[in-house]
Amino acid sequence: MMRGNDVIGILFAYVHEERVRELTENRVMASIPFGGRYRLVDFALSNLVNSGVNKVGVITEQNYQSLMDHLGSGKSWNLSRKREGLYLLPPFGADTNRTDGLVASLSSIHRFLKNSKEEYVLLSNCDTVSNIDYRDVFRFHTEKNADITVIYRHGTSPDTDRNVVYTVDPEGFVRDMLIKRGSDANCNYGFGKCILRRQMLIDMVEDCMSRNLYDFDRDVLQRNLKDLKVFAYECTSAAYTITSFHSYFEANMALMDPKVRAQLFLPERPVYTKVRDDMPAKYGLGSSVTNSIVADGCIIDGEVENCIIFRGVKVHKGAKLQNCVIMQDCVVGEDCRLDYVVADKNVIFDAGRKMAGYQSYPVYVGKGSRV
Amino acid sequence: MLPKQEVVAMLLAGGQGSRLGVLTKNLAKPAVPFGGKYRIIDFPLSNCVNSGIETVGVLTQYQPLELNEYIGSGQPWDLDSMDAGVHVLPPYQKSKGSDWYKGTANAITQNIPFIERYNPDYVVVLSGDHIYKMDYAKMIAFHKEKDAAVTIAVQQVPMAEASRFGILNTNEDDSIYEFDEKPKQPKNDLANMGIYVFTWEKLRKFLLADEEDPGSDNDFGKNVLPAMLNAGEKMFAYRFEGYWKDVGTIDSLWEANMDLLDPNVPLDLGDPDWRIYSRNPVMPPHYIAKGSQVQNSLIAEGCNVYGDLEFSILFAGVYVAPGAEVMSSIIMPGARIEEGAKVQYAIVAEDAVVGAGAVVGMKPEEMEDKDKWGVAVVGPRAHVAPGACVAPQEMLDAEEGVKR
Repeated sequence: MMRGNDVIGILFAYVHEERVRELTENRVMASIPFGGRYRLVDFALSNLVNSGVNKVGVITEQNYQSLMDHLGSGKSWNLSRKREGLYLLPPFGADTNRTDGLVASLSSIHRFLKNSKEEYVLLSNCDTVSNIDYRDVFRFHTEKNADITVIYRHGTSPDTDRNVVYTVDPEGFVRDMLIKRGSDANCNYGFGKCILRRQMLIDMVEDCMSRNLYDFDRDVLQRNLKDLKVFAYECTSAAYTITSFHSYFEANMALMDPKVRAQLFLPERPVYTKVRDDMPAKYGLGSSVTNSIVADGCIIDGEVENCIIFRGVKVHKGAKLQNCVIMQDCVVGEDCRLDYVVADKNVIFDAGRKMAGYQSYPVYVGKGSRV
Repeated sequence: MLPKQEVVAMLLAGGQGSRLGVLTKNLAKPAVPFGGKYRIIDFPLSNCVNSGIETVGVLTQYQPLELNEYIGSGQPWDLDSMDAGVHVLPPYQKSKGSDWYKGTANAITQNIPFIERYNPDYVVVLSGDHIYKMDYAKMIAFHKEKDAAVTIAVQQVPMAEASRFGILNTNEDDSIYEFDEKPKQPKNDLANMGIYVFTWEKLRKFLLADEEDPGSDNDFGKNVLPAMLNAGEKMFAYRFEGYWKDVGTIDSLWEANMDLLDPNVPLDLGDPDWRIYSRNPVMPPHYIAKGSQVQNSLIAEGCNVYGDLEFSILFAGVYVAPGAEVMSSIIMPGARIEEGAKVQYAIVAEDAVVGAGAVVGMKPEEMEDKDKWGVAVVGPRAHVAPGACVAPQEMLDAEEGVKR
């Protein structure tokens, strides 16, 4: 176990949601549906729970109704406990504006942090699909006697206006840290996860607040790089950070690869999500499905190829779907043709509708629309 | 004292279910998987919750381990409430010795103290081996309206088949005047579904009287109900129209599963107003690979399908390898069908493995001797060696070693 209950997980439910405006119009980053039955927060929460963390605070900013609905008491993640469990930390009563930056968010929960007894805090965004055993990260953190351990991946960083890129020596020590625009090949990029002592976090946040500094990467990590022992742990398994609508689409499509699924969905570290009590998916006579992911409660009578089909979707006879992401409870009418379409929840495609995007530009159909 | 519950349901889940052979060797019958993600007991439990019955006693005796674990706190069925909920009731030791449950009636008699805690007006007695969706509230309303001592749910069956069932002979107002167990010359076509509503006060009296009778088998059908009839209690048949199937045999279990694939069978598991709740596996959605053909099948989460499926039901986490063919079969959780294997008209139980190129079961039309045809069964955790063959009607037990 990860030092028993000595770690609190803090999740930032809203960070980077402006990058996927389409999907976050009615919801936070954390509750974006993903992979046929999940929400992004499921990966962040399951990683914590599977690593033995049983106290998790979820910081929300606005639009968090769908997230609350999804999380409920935390039962599905085994976080509805007498001792600790899930804490939703909405902005009410916060004397700071969370949109100012992560430091302001952390300052707004200073009471929650102060009243906790756990020695360590694990901070994580909810924009990454991954399956990481934080126990390994923690072991690394203690072995290196680090003050802060950040988690990074090696490779081509996503194309955003703000990437954190580390220069790491063979020991894992962070020599330099850049915050920069645009994608780089062969670099060590962070994806918003780090471990540090709770008291150190409280002190640094207070210090930053008193100097009007709100940027966690710049004002907490970068500013202290010379004075603190900051180490970086490399995550080598599959991880997809959702940085744009297109990367969201690609990350979904990546699940068709058995190797990716094997890294994300491990039997010993399952990804938990809210239970829906749907029946198993039903395939009719004359249906044709290839290379697709289909969730419970679907009724498939048409043709489906290279698609992610969420729970409770109906695909009627004669409909033909290719390269689509169809979210829960959508209805695709008879003889529809959809290609490179991402349909949000509860979309109805009337019979015979045709819609097509392109691999580089999938079409988005908003929640509850009728085509 | 607990708050009064108007109705308490008692679910008889202790039977061995020996006709299911290897499937119930280490498992109580109500815990047998059904319909891709359910277990048989999900049906009566969900019916209870959907009918507004909040207190359920589950009487267990035979191989209760997995069943107990499955029921747990009752949370998946919303039966984990503070004052009511589901309770597993095994036989227990009392100051004057202890007894196994001797018969269905005795199982209830031994649990009179449990029932009395809720001070109910009515007790519903259910069995754990039927697949159906039924609103017990309507039956209880009928029971009240008739001011009956017992109401028994019945289903109309074809006269030709009536001799296979327990038949209730009724008057014009559906009051019962005779029990006719598997009659050679049936006088009526109303079959007993094994669903009873009792006025608790009356049932209690007859249970205690039955307990005093040393010659009694302490069985509802054989002893208690006839005694009530002889005493002139009001007994009514409640006609139920809808899908109902006893899944006590391999054939009927297989058929009931196949019924889910038949659009003409009125058993809709997707009805949002009458959900069948169950423990949900924590697995990703299933994957259907390129080149696989899936026709008229039910597939649960966590499956990886590379081969061909037709008229089949896959439970959670099943793997069907490239080139494997599964037809008219039920593949239970975690089973693997390896490359080129052919599974037809079969039940492959939990975590069993059908090796590459093996053949399990056969189409009836390919049999020379039709009488020898039947569903082939590969027992839980059994292995069928690559290239081996499991004949129709054959039942493979894991403990008998690998089938070669």
